[in-house]
Amino acid sequence: MKDILKGELVRLSALDADELGKAFARWSRDSEYRRLLDASAPRLNSQKAVQKWLEKEIEEQSVQQHWFSIRTLADDKLLGDIDLFVYNWIGRDAFVGLGIGEREFWGRGYGTDVMHVILRYGFTEVNLYRVTLNVFEYNPRAIRSYEKAGFRHEGRMRQFLNKEGRRWDMLFMGILREEWMEQNGNFS
Amino acid sequence: MKDLFRGKLVRLTAEEPETQAKSEVRWQRDSEFRRLADSDPTDVSSEKKIKEWLEKRNEEGFKPERYPFAIRALDGDKLIGFTGLWVDLIHSEGWVGIGIGEREFWGKGYGTDAMRLILQYAFAELNLKRVSLALHSYNERALKSYEQAGFTLEGRTRGDQRREGKRTDTLWMGILHDEWLQRQNGASK
Amino acid sequence: MFDIQTQLFEGDEIRFGPIDYEKDPEVESKWTHDAEFMRLYDIAPARPMSAAMVKKQYEKLEKQVEEDKNLYPFAIRAREDDRLIGKAVIQWIEWTNGNGFIRLGIGAVEDRRKGYGTQALRMLLRFAFAELNLYRVTANVPEYNEAAIALLKKAGFTEEVRRRKALERDGQRWDMLGFGLLNDEWQNQAEA
Repeated sequence: MKDILKGELVRLSALDADELGKAFARWSRDSEYRRLLDASAPRLNSQKAVQKWLEKEIEEQSVQQHWFSIRTLADDKLLGDIDLFVYNWIGRDAFVGLGIGEREFWGRGYGTDVMHVILRYGFTEVNLYRVTLNVFEYNPRAIRSYEKAGFRHEGRMRQFLNKEGRRWDMLFMGILREEWMEQNGNFS
Repeated sequence: MKDLFRGKLVRLTAEEPETQAKSEVRWQRDSEFRRLADSDPTDVSSEKKIKEWLEKRNEEGFKPERYPFAIRALDGDKLIGFTGLWVDLIHSEGWVGIGIGEREFWGKGYGTDAMRLILQYAFAELNLKRVSLALHSYNERALKSYEQAGFTLEGRTRGDQRREGKRTDTLWMGILHDEWLQRQNGASK
Repeated sequence: MFDIQTQLFEGDEIRFGPIDYEKDPEVESKWTHDAEFMRLYDIAPARPMSAAMVKKQYEKLEKQVEEDKNLYPFAIRAREDDRLIGKAVIQWIEWTNGNGFIRLGIGAVEDRRKGYGTQALRMLLRFAFAELNLYRVTANVPEYNEAAIALLKKAGFTEEVRRRKALERDGQRWDMLGFGLLNDEWQNQAEA
């Protein structure tokens, strides 16, 4: 049985409310990060509030949500978090949400590597049929990264976002298990 | 699109806790029924306790891991039993349980018809990969019924039940999605 | 043979011990980050746990032991320095029928292939049969866990159930095997 939590650059790790709460509170002060990640208007939350929220969320995780922190293999640094949310068991489809809070890891292949790991997890451990994601039109770096990971464009909700006096689309991308298997041969 | 809840002899329903509790408290007092269905020591519960348990389950709402149903006879609409699926979502496996509480409906095909409906629900609606069940080795009527429904005997845990001073086994059965599909195609020919 | 002198909880190189809340959570947290171990030990999706989460799980477990009175968990510790090397449990005990389910795992890959599993299983069975007086024990393993299957067969278990294609991992469906050992069989082996 392969160790499916490890990639080339990163590994999936446990959520620790203390550590992650501290990190979240720090990352959320980066408004560019928040606007790339989230459609709603960013808030500035205290570390304490974030930790409390995290404790509750971590406690309530069920078989439906698979949420991990992301650490570098090289020196165990926390760079972000990722989750798979199975919103449709009958169709076996899940939404993946990725956030890399530490800027130094943007544009260096970390996103693509963690996406590869979570897809492998989704297809070989949760046994999904497909994985879906949303990404904003104004996030070309992420779109490229997801294309590299094997996601295909499936559509867009036109003029969904309203930021800086302009309307932007929200893109839907998806990948099927059979496509991923073909691209990755023996689940490596 | 066929009606998944209607069979030849029975239909699957959702009941008000009050209605179901009224029947269940009676069925529970039939110790033969209990000992065919359960492995826990047979005991008795009040109608109130059963009703409260059913109400609590309703309050929890629909969960993707469980699909409980009640069974009514089509002719006369009598509430005759219950059935349900417990789903392992990760491995896409359903565990089925069925109990016909009204004795006069034993051995007449009602259970088999209900099983046919629940298997159809499991495979055609929930897309499960396999359905499993366990039964006591002394429940010969059920064994025959399940074999008829397409289940394969997959093993027995020796002597894991002791009743009336005798050791009996638990039998394990399973049916795979492909096997069920083949039976459907065979039947429609 | 009425032998109450030979320790139930002491083996040659391992021992059964209680939970150490100070040291164990960190150790077990590391195991949970090793998906290879987790996929051998459990059929639920591998989920890494922080030390804090492991500690909470221990608390829940001890509460369950108190309330349900149908399980006996053990920490497997190295004899020389008492460090945590694995876990074992007899659970889902049905007292009226005399049944129990067993499970055990050696967490770190460097601690495996050293005979610790064999020793732990031997001690677990003695506890189940000579102390809890169970009639039989069951162990469920996925067919890909060859090490566990070999261990059980060596201990005298019989393959009783094969649930075909009951689980899915790595894009493949696997059978789930059920092994059983009766108290009589265990006793005969001991006497042999």
